[in-house]
Amino acid sequence: MSLVSVLIPVTMLLVGFGLWAFFWAVRSGQFDDLDVPGWEILIDERSDAAPDAEPDESA
Amino acid sequence: MAQTAAGCFHCGEPLESSGKPAREPLLIRIQGADVAVCCPGCRAAVQFIGELGLEDFYRFRSVMSPKPTEASLWSAYDDPALLDACTREGPQGRSVVLMIDGMTCAACSWLVSRSLEHMAGVRRVSVNTATGRAQIEWDGATVKLSELLGVIASLGYQPQIAAAENDAARGLNERRGLLKRLAVAGLGMMQVMMFAVAMYAGDLQGMEADVRTYLRIVSMLVATPVMLYGGWPYFMGAARALAGRTITMDVPVALGLVLAYSASVFNTWRHAGEVYFDSVTMFIFFLTVARYVEMVARHRSTQVSDALGRMLPATAHRLSGGGPGAPFTDVAVSQIVAGDTLLVRTGEVVPADGDLTQGSTEFDESMLTGESLPVARTLGDRVTGGTINVSAPVQMRVTAAGRGTVLASIVALLTRAQSERPRITRAGDRFSSRFLARVLIGAVLVCGFWSIAEPSRAFDATLAVLVVACPCAFSLATLVAVASANAALARRGVLVASPDAIEGLAKVTYVVFDKTGTLTDGMVALARCIPVGAYGVAECLQIAAALEVGSEHPIARAFTDAEPNREGLQAREIQVVPGGGVSGIINGKRFKIGTRAFAGSAPVVPAAPSEETDDAAIFLSSEEGVLATFAVADEPRPESAGMVAALRGQGLEIEISSGDSAVAVRRVAHHCGVRNFSARRSPAQKLERVRALASRGEFVAMVGDGVNDAPVLGGAGVSIAMSRGSALTLASADLILIGDSLTALPGAFSVARRATRVIRQNLLWAAGYNLTAMPLAAMGWVPPWAAAIGMSMSSIVVVLNSLRLIRSGRPRSSPGRAPLPPSFVPVMPPRAAAILQSPAP
Repeated sequence: MSLVSVLIPVTMLLVGFGLWAFFWAVRSGQFDDLDVPGWEILIDERSDAAPDAEPDESA
Repeated sequence: MAQTAAGCFHCGEPLESSGKPAREPLLIRIQGADVAVCCPGCRAAVQFIGELGLEDFYRFRSVMSPKPTEASLWSAYDDPALLDACTREGPQGRSVVLMIDGMTCAACSWLVSRSLEHMAGVRRVSVNTATGRAQIEWDGATVKLSELLGVIASLGYQPQIAAAENDAARGLNERRGLLKRLAVAGLGMMQVMMFAVAMYAGDLQGMEADVRTYLRIVSMLVATPVMLYGGWPYFMGAARALAGRTITMDVPVALGLVLAYSASVFNTWRHAGEVYFDSVTMFIFFLTVARYVEMVARHRSTQVSDALGRMLPATAHRLSGGGPGAPFTDVAVSQIVAGDTLLVRTGEVVPADGDLTQGSTEFDESMLTGESLPVARTLGDRVTGGTINVSAPVQMRVTAAGRGTVLASIVALLTRAQSERPRITRAGDRFSSRFLARVLIGAVLVCGFWSIAEPSRAFDATLAVLVVACPCAFSLATLVAVASANAALARRGVLVASPDAIEGLAKVTYVVFDKTGTLTDGMVALARCIPVGAYGVAECLQIAAALEVGSEHPIARAFTDAEPNREGLQAREIQVVPGGGVSGIINGKRFKIGTRAFAGSAPVVPAAPSEETDDAAIFLSSEEGVLATFAVADEPRPESAGMVAALRGQGLEIEISSGDSAVAVRRVAHHCGVRNFSARRSPAQKLERVRALASRGEFVAMVGDGVNDAPVLGGAGVSIAMSRGSALTLASADLILIGDSLTALPGAFSVARRATRVIRQNLLWAAGYNLTAMPLAAMGWVPPWAAAIGMSMSSIVVVLNSLRLIRSGRPRSSPGRAPLPPSFVPVMPPRAAAILQSPAP
C-alpha cells in the first residue's frame, strides 16, 4: 500500500509531464508538417556553413 | 554533353521539342559539370539555384521541376492599395500567405524557403508542402512584394496570394485541437485502465478497503480531465442537436458519459457501488480516434479547390483609360471587373471569362474540357478563364471576373460536394439515429421497470443498456474499413478521391474506357503517310517537318519527332494560321500543311480509302496541288492488353467509347482484345451510352484522362481518371490512377470488393453484438464494466477485421518510390461536370 501510494503520484507526475510536452509540441507546430522536416536533415547547409560560399546575394 | 539525348536537367522535358531551329543545346555549368536545359527559362532557374549554392535541390527532389514561366510582371502587386488588401502590416514587418503552385516535393519547399531567406529584408519564411502554402514576413521598406514573387517565379513555381488564409488556419487549429484531445484521452485511458485492472484483480483476490478507495479517487482524478477536455466536443454536439430538436449520436453518448461519470463520482464519494471511470475514458478515446480519422479525410479534400483556384494567373494586362489606342497596364487579377478590356498574349492564361473583341487564336481548353488539341476561337466567341492562349495575341472584354467566372462556380460546387459524407456512412448515420432514439426510449423503459421491480439494480441496468447500445462499432464498421481500403489502394498506386468510390468500385459490372490518353499514352505519333503527288514518302516527311518546326501545336511535334534529321531543309517565312495549319517557303517553293480546308483545297484527293479520310487527316500541298496525306494516331500503352484481360477475368464487361475516328479506335480495340467499341462519340453521346448501360442495370465505371471525359465521368457510377488528366477531370473523378499507368486497375477492383465484404462482416458483427447484448443488459445480467468491455471489444474486432485490408493490399512491383506523399492526395467528387455543359462556348 505504501509503495503504491508513492508510485501512483509519481506516474501521475510523469504522465502530466508527457502531456505538457505533447501540448508544447503540438502548439509549436511539430505536427503540422510531417513530410518536409524528414528531408531537411539530408540536405547540407553548405551555403551557410562553408566560408567559400557564393559572395553575391543578388536576388 | 553526354546527356543531350535525355531531357532538360531542370524540368525534364525533351530537349528536341523546344521547336527552335538552332539545334545546339543550351548548356549551363552547375557543380562542375555542364548540363543541358531546354529553354532560357530553365537555364536561368538552374543558374539562380547554383548562385545561391542550393544545388543539393537536384539531388533530393523526387519529381522534375516545373518549367519557369516567362518573367511575369509582378509589379502590379506593388500598388499600395492592393498591397494593403492582401498583406498584413505587423510589428515584424509585412506578412503574406502565398499559395505556391508546382511545389510538390520536400526538396521544392526547401528550395523556395532557402532562396527567399537569402534575400535582404526577408525576416521569416515558413513553407508547408502539405498545404502548398508559404508564409513570409519581410521588411516592406527593403524589399518589395513583387521581388519576392519574382524570385519564386524564377525558380519555376507559380506564386499566388492566398485569399482563403482563414480556411487553412481553421484546419490547422482543428487538427491541433483534436491531437491534444486525443493525447489526453489516450494517456488518461491507459492510466485508468491500469487502476481498473488492479481493482478487478482485487474483486477476485480480495483487496483492502482503503486501497480500493485510493485507487478510485486516483481514477477519478485522471478521468475528470479526460471527461471535461476530451469529452467536450460530444457535450457541445449533444447540446447543439437537442437545441435543433434532433437526435445525433452525440446525444446518447453524452447522456451515457454524464450518467456513468456522475454515478462513479457519487459512488466514490459514498465508498460503495461500482465505478465506471474505465468505461468513460475508453469510450471517449475511441470516439476521438474515429473523429480524427474523419477529419484527416475531410482536410485532404479541401486541397483541390485550392488547386482549381490556382488555375487563374496572378496578373493581367488591362486597357487603361477609354480609347482603343490607350496603353495596357499590368493589374492584379483580383482588380479586374466586368467590362474591362484585357490583352491576352500568346502563351498566357486567360484571367477571366469574356468575349473576344480583337484577333482570333486557338485556346488550350484542356484545363476545363480535357480536349487535348487547341480549339479555334474568333471575334465574338466566348473565352473562359483558366484556358491558355496558344497561338496569337488577342483582346477580350470581360463579362465575369473573380467569383462570377465558370471556374469559380466549379470551385464552389466542389466545396459543397466536399461537405458531403460518404453515402455508405450517411446510411449508417441514418440507421444509428433511428436506432439511438429507440435505445433512449428502451433505457427509460428499463429504468422504469427496474425501479418498480428492484430499485437497487435500476441504475446498473440502465447504464449497461446505454453503454452496450453505443453504436460505436456501427460507426467504426464502415469508417475504418473504408480508410484501410484507401490505404491499400494508395499502396497500389490508386488515389481514392471520393468517399463513395470504394462502394461504387465493388459494384461495377461494366467498364467503359476512353481511348486517347487512357488505353493509349496520348502522345500523337505519325501513323501513315500517303504520297499522292510528285514527291516520295521521305521527301514529304522532310518538308512537313521543316514546316512544323515553326508550330507549337501537339500534332507538329509528331512530325518533328518522326523526322529529326532534315538534311538541311529550312523553311522561310513560316506562317502559322490558327485552326488551319502552317505555310512556308522551302527552296523557293511555297508549301502548306494543315487541315483539308487550309492545305488540301484545290484538287480533290483521290487515292485514300474512304474510312481513312477522316478529319484527323493532315494534308501537305504545294502550289501545284496536294502532295500527301498524313494520319496521326496514338500508340496503345504496353499494359493495356494485359489489364483488359485481367478485368475480363474478374467477370467485367469492357467497352471502348472514343471521340476518335473508327480506324484508330478499331486498331486499339483489336490490340487490347475488346469487342465492343464505338468511335466518333461526342461527350453527350458518351454520357448517353453510359446512362443507357445504367438503365439496363449495369453499374458502369468510366475510365478516362480528360479528353472530353469530364461530363461522362460525372455521369458514371464510378469514375476513374489518369493522373495526367485535366484538373477538372481529376476533380470529377472518384479514383485517380497515379503513375500514369493502368496496371493497378484490376487490383483496385478486387480490393474494393474485399472492402465491401469486410464492411458487411463488420455491420453483421456489430448488429449481432448489440442484439444479443441489449436484452441481457436490459435484464440486468450485464454489469456496466462488462458492458464497457463488450462495447470496446466489439469495436476492436471491427477495427482489426478492417485492418486486414491493408495487409492484403500487397504493393505490386512498384519501381522506385512510393506513389505520392499522402498530403498530396487531392479531391472529392465535385460532379462539376454539369456546370460545364451550360456555358457552351
